[in-house]
Amino acid sequence: MTRICSLTELAAAIPDGARLAIPPFYASPAMAATRELLRRGVRDLHLVCVPQSDIQADLLIGAGAVRVVETSAVTLGELGSAPRFTAAVRSGALRLVDATCPAIHAGLAAAQKGVPFMPIRGILGSDLLAHRPDWKVIENPFAAGDAIVAVPAIRPDVALFHAPLADRDGNVFIGRSRELLNMAQASATSCVTVEEIADGDLLADPARSGAVVPAIYIGRVAVARRGAAPHALAGAYDADEAFLARDAAAARSEDGFRAFVDEWLGAP
Amino acid sequence: MSGSYAPSELLIAVIARLLEGCRHVAVGSQSPIPGSAALLARELSRADPGRGEREPMRVSVLGSRRNNFFTSGGVELFDLAAQGRIDAFFLGGGQIDGEANINLTGTGDWPGTQVRWPGAFGSAFLYFLVPRVILFREEHTRRTFVPRVDIVTAPGTSREGVYRPGGPHALLTSLALFSFDQARRRFRIESVHPGHTLEEVLDNTGFDFDRPPLVPQTPPPEPERLALIRGPVRDEIAEIYPRFALSLAASR
Repeated sequence: MTRICSLTELAAAIPDGARLAIPPFYASPAMAATRELLRRGVRDLHLVCVPQSDIQADLLIGAGAVRVVETSAVTLGELGSAPRFTAAVRSGALRLVDATCPAIHAGLAAAQKGVPFMPIRGILGSDLLAHRPDWKVIENPFAAGDAIVAVPAIRPDVALFHAPLADRDGNVFIGRSRELLNMAQASATSCVTVEEIADGDLLADPARSGAVVPAIYIGRVAVARRGAAPHALAGAYDADEAFLARDAAAARSEDGFRAFVDEWLGAP
Repeated sequence: MSGSYAPSELLIAVIARLLEGCRHVAVGSQSPIPGSAALLARELSRADPGRGEREPMRVSVLGSRRNNFFTSGGVELFDLAAQGRIDAFFLGGGQIDGEANINLTGTGDWPGTQVRWPGAFGSAFLYFLVPRVILFREEHTRRTFVPRVDIVTAPGTSREGVYRPGGPHALLTSLALFSFDQARRRFRIESVHPGHTLEEVLDNTGFDFDRPPLVPQTPPPEPERLALIRGPVRDEIAEIYPRFALSLAASR
């Protein structure tokens, strides 16, 4: 059953070494929970970026909390490259598992369906394939001579994301970001922060029920107001551009990043 | 000054011509010029009297709420592409070579020991599946247009038998427009932008390309298209690229 808990308890439910699935900036990453994880000193995470990440991965990597990152990209978007990510890749401190967006979605889809792999078009001849021994080229069993890539199921231990609303049973309203449902279904459990807890049953409301992740997939829910900030939450608040710009500038150096993160972790 | 236009407006007009006849154009993130071009092409298709019963062009812009019907983020984009429901898309690259291989990964050895870029995104998939992939890279230097990419994030061509309905259609830079010949695995220069020369293009390109005896100049944007760029297109693109939209307004 879903436990409604505090933000601290939610972060504590994500163990060191967890394979943690996180969404991109446009699907409301759980940034308040990320800060709570860093306050706890989380270590050895295996990030699965679905299918890419931004300041969230860069903060976790820069703070030394990540052992492996499986992603199709890490970038600060218009603010440029993700400095702590690129520094960690070049120094070899980080094990990088390079993918391409739809291969991550395909791996999650396999986990969702409980099958060992998913075939996917494209990729043949890309250097990505040479560096992914876990990706296999197989022959389409229904058409001789048709080579196709098979990617293994990706089953994260925990999916972590933010959403507008949950009810007391742990049903979570995700709005248009339905890829969060795929992510939650593929993961062993999900930790979700929300702006607020609603009375009543979200699944009983026909206008909302189609955009709900049912409680069976959700382990913990915690209220975190503006829990996606500095990212935006569609319909609720815009991105905190000033914060994002300050991070991008500070993260260019190790010292600048340390000072920036210390200030962020110390803030109420 | 009448008839004057910004370099970005020329590029928007060129891309819009490349998109003619498409049913559905998708535009990735951080792509204000391709996004504006797709919206211009849509305006033109809406006004096209020769369209008859055909539906006007559909444009899906990632990051937009208004110009995007996706309800599952990128998942739907890739599924649409795999089904052949996207006719054109845009890719770039830190490096692009003469066989249209693109590198979004980094320079040096794998996975980018000299310079590491963000990563492949959807390129290693979309390059195979979208029929008209337009390579767009404004910086035209020997740093970007290299004899051979350090890392092949997505190959320009594939051996026979590989399922590949898609691939490179054109390469547009700040200096010139190229087409790509799949059979010959080579770019061909189609036109040089006003204010630039073939010599400049040759000096700044690290790979060989085909060329006609006389290379034409890229036609400037027609006045009515410039008006569309500075009107409805600018208003639409401002939703996701407000600063870029202001730059279009500034050139009025």
